[in-house]
Amino acid sequence: MGFLISPFESFGFMRIALVACFALALANGPIGTLLIMRRESLGGNVLSHAVMPGAALGFLYAGYSLAALTLGGLLTGLAVAGLAALTARSRPQRQDSNLIAFYLVSLSFGVLIVAARGSQADLMHVLFGTVLAVDVKALLLIASISSLTMLVVAALYRPLAVESFDPAFLRAVGGGGGAFRAIFITLVVLNLVANFQAFGTLLAIGPMLLPAAAARCWTHKAWPMIALATVIGMVAALAGLLVSYYANMPSGPAIVMGSGIIYGMSLLAAGRMRLKPTKLEGR
Amino acid sequence: MANSSDPAPRRRSASDLLNLLGAATAPLRQSLAVSLSALGDKAQVAFARNFDSGYDPSAFNGHSPRGEGGITVRNLSVRFGERCAFEGVTGEFPPASLTAVIGPNGAGKSSLLKTLAGIIRPTAGEVICAALARHRLAYLPQQDELDRGFPISVAELVALGGWRNFGSVRELPDGLAASVCEALAAVGLSTVMDRQIAELSVGQFQRALFARLLMQDADVILLDEPFASLDESTTEDLQHFLERWQREGRTVVAVLHDLDRVRRYFPSTLLLARSPIAWAGTSLSLSAENLARGQKALVPPEGGRIGRVA
Repeated sequence: MGFLISPFESFGFMRIALVACFALALANGPIGTLLIMRRESLGGNVLSHAVMPGAALGFLYAGYSLAALTLGGLLTGLAVAGLAALTARSRPQRQDSNLIAFYLVSLSFGVLIVAARGSQADLMHVLFGTVLAVDVKALLLIASISSLTMLVVAALYRPLAVESFDPAFLRAVGGGGGAFRAIFITLVVLNLVANFQAFGTLLAIGPMLLPAAAARCWTHKAWPMIALATVIGMVAALAGLLVSYYANMPSGPAIVMGSGIIYGMSLLAAGRMRLKPTKLEGR
Repeated sequence: MANSSDPAPRRRSASDLLNLLGAATAPLRQSLAVSLSALGDKAQVAFARNFDSGYDPSAFNGHSPRGEGGITVRNLSVRFGERCAFEGVTGEFPPASLTAVIGPNGAGKSSLLKTLAGIIRPTAGEVICAALARHRLAYLPQQDELDRGFPISVAELVALGGWRNFGSVRELPDGLAASVCEALAAVGLSTVMDRQIAELSVGQFQRALFARLLMQDADVILLDEPFASLDESTTEDLQHFLERWQREGRTVVAVLHDLDRVRRYFPSTLLLARSPIAWAGTSLSLSAENLARGQKALVPPEGGRIGRVA
């Protein structure tokens, strides 16, 4: 079993990467589950690309400065979330194509900005991230966002869940619907920025959605789903880091691929179970 | 109302479940509530207005007096862009009335109900409803507007009806599990209370939503097609609640399709085909002449026949 531990024993950057991925998984579990519960996976994906132009602008002005990348990404992410809330109110039927158009535009814009100033390597860094380049400052940022996320979700889980299940009900009983939606979207953007540090703009949504989607195959209950999504995220991170270490592959895609494989296996296994008569039949 | 056979074990399992729901976050919520009370008056008012205005434990378990339950609408219209949902609705749903809203498809019945519930903002005109402002209005959406795959158990869904007793962040009160059991027994769902809603049949799910309405103890109850795609026995069971609510002094408004049912059970009827055709006692509203006018007002394929029997 030594081969599981030795890379982390020998190299500091592997340890930091592992801790960062575990911290991300702790917040990605609840946020990803809530995103899937709300059926807003597509919206989350688009938001992840909204982080791109801001991060690119930050890069343009300050190079690889953690503060600039984070602040820029946060600003454009939140701006787009606000904009989406406004347009959704006026014409909901066009929402899908709006989102796709937006995602393409912000991706191209971001790539153009980064390419204007930086090299091919910079572009790869912004698009796919580099888990192994996470330093202590970035780790602290990730851990702070992750802690804040868990605290807010724990304190406000009740209204957050009800707002996604039956917003009309929450408004009728005076639970304040719009405020909780805004809080949730802010959390999503914050966590996308955290994931962006490690996975880049193209993959940032992956560690959030894939473990939660896999967990959903196994249970109908919210808390087990969140716990399982967190565990799956951690397992995928460990496996992905080891594969990238031994096979000399890029670590971010390896980790997301790990979650993807677990998701695929969950789909198959859950589908096979559903073919047999299960306890659901015993009404 | 409570089932007499063996309420004790069921009650225990329900409270276990609700405890579990709260347990993980209870310390946090408690400290949030404590820090709230430590905040200044202004901050507290602001928090309550934005997040928690429905919290009102003084109204526990129906001991509160029934408020002014009626709804008055004046020249109410709703448009979605170019399309007109309904227009020119003026009248009153008096307190303790039971009114059916009926009309062809696309006549704006659901939009009217949503406007009364405060979900859609009217394009013109106004809704005067004291119950809405006091959070004493309950709205039952059409079933397909809710995500049946949502990870929530039957007991949790029903417990939400008691929202004003705990609000967004406070701990669940002691009596909640017992009243959830009572409401579930009233709709005949005691045996499935620990299931997830994904495991319920359409009829069982509608019963659960009615149990949540019971818990809400509202002055005004708006129901959007409460009996759509339900079997006969479920429909009959749930119909009784509408009459009971009216007897208790609540204002009940239901969108329906079944003309026979409306004639048999509903004292007054609003016949709507974009604009109101008739709003009066049911036999008057549903005269052959009015029904013909209602059908003509919306030409197919946009509009169809009114109800299943005409």
